[in-house]
Amino acid sequence: MSEEEGIFSKKNLKLLTNPLSNANPITVLVLGICSALAVTAQLKPAVVMSLSVTIVTAFSNLIVSLIRNTIPNRIRIIVQLVVVAALVILVDQVLKAFVYDVSKQLSVFVGLIITNCILMGRLEAFALGNKPWPSFLDGIGNGAGYGLILVTIAFFRELLGSGSLWGYKLIPESWYIANGGWYSNNGMMILPPMALIIVGVIIWIQRSRKPELIED
Amino acid sequence: MENYLNIFIRSVFLENMVFAFFIGMCSYLAVSKSVKTATGLGVAVIFVQVITVPVNYLLENYLLKEGALKWLGEGYADVDLSFLSFIMFIAVIAAMVQLVEMIVEKFAPELYNSLGIFLPLIAVNCAILAGSLFMQQKEFINIGEATVYGIGSGSGWCIAIISIAAIREKLRYSNVPAPLRGLGISFIITGLMGLAFMGFMGIKL
Repeated sequence: MSEEEGIFSKKNLKLLTNPLSNANPITVLVLGICSALAVTAQLKPAVVMSLSVTIVTAFSNLIVSLIRNTIPNRIRIIVQLVVVAALVILVDQVLKAFVYDVSKQLSVFVGLIITNCILMGRLEAFALGNKPWPSFLDGIGNGAGYGLILVTIAFFRELLGSGSLWGYKLIPESWYIANGGWYSNNGMMILPPMALIIVGVIIWIQRSRKPELIED
Repeated sequence: MENYLNIFIRSVFLENMVFAFFIGMCSYLAVSKSVKTATGLGVAVIFVQVITVPVNYLLENYLLKEGALKWLGEGYADVDLSFLSFIMFIAVIAAMVQLVEMIVEKFAPELYNSLGIFLPLIAVNCAILAGSLFMQQKEFINIGEATVYGIGSGSGWCIAIISIAAIREKLRYSNVPAPLRGLGISFIITGLMGLAFMGFMGIKL
């Protein structure tokens, strides 16, 4: 770190906060959608997934940034993939060891973090041209931006689709039609296509509030 | 024969990569502005898929799986290398994509130019890696089934990207609310197409 720039200077903080709104990897940069939608039927896998992606993005950014001057340009994609794959294997083994049920639920999507576009996008666009510390922050910021959207989608899908959050029932049993009540879960929310429509609506809201993001 | 047909139909329609698992969405949204480029990329994905899934199937069954190394001798019978599968699969995919890139550049320079950056990016297209990972999960009994699965999942992705590209071409003439233009409406349309594809769920195979 150079002397004129503190560890949490304004510029570095911006790296953390920008991906949360104006440069959100999912809604603005269109990166990392692949895995974002399939794991959001419930809150718990969504949170585990966002944490894993944040960790892998941050550390792969850090590592690639550390070795950026020694990677030959022609084979950089393979080098990046190896770094990322090694980190994902670590995450996968940790998940299998400590939260086996969630790891089963995420199935192939943990492996697919390797090909998550956020990773390659940030490595190519940021880590290859910046110092390790800013790259690390950029990784955390983007992971958090990804997580924010994931958790939002999962919140609505689990609440409306199963009437619960984090596996705990929020809607009283007596409300359900089966028990003589008036309420029934929206089964559509559990189906995969609804995730896409919710993302569409999030994009709609975000862009109505920030007209500079509108495409023509 | 029936078995192969079964796997094919299932992977194209019932377990469509895009509509059922949202896999390969990044390039699906980015390259679907015209039917021509979408077709090119779709075909490239099928091609890469047909090569990588069987190759990874062989790797999985003769190298990585628990007990796969039996052919080396009894001492190796309980070696389990499956934690290495991510890195092996992605290495095979990266190498194959490089090969395809060279072939396309040589024999179809026009397609090569129109695909631009997305050809090398097939290496990080989730659809390709997902094909191999699903193959691992489904535990096919022979390489033929794995190949058919490769063709099927690739074709499913190809159909998806071509149809969204066609819809987006028409969409240019319609009056979409400004904040929804581009990305937003594509998401919602994909969602609706996904709902339509769920209609295939009723098929008994």
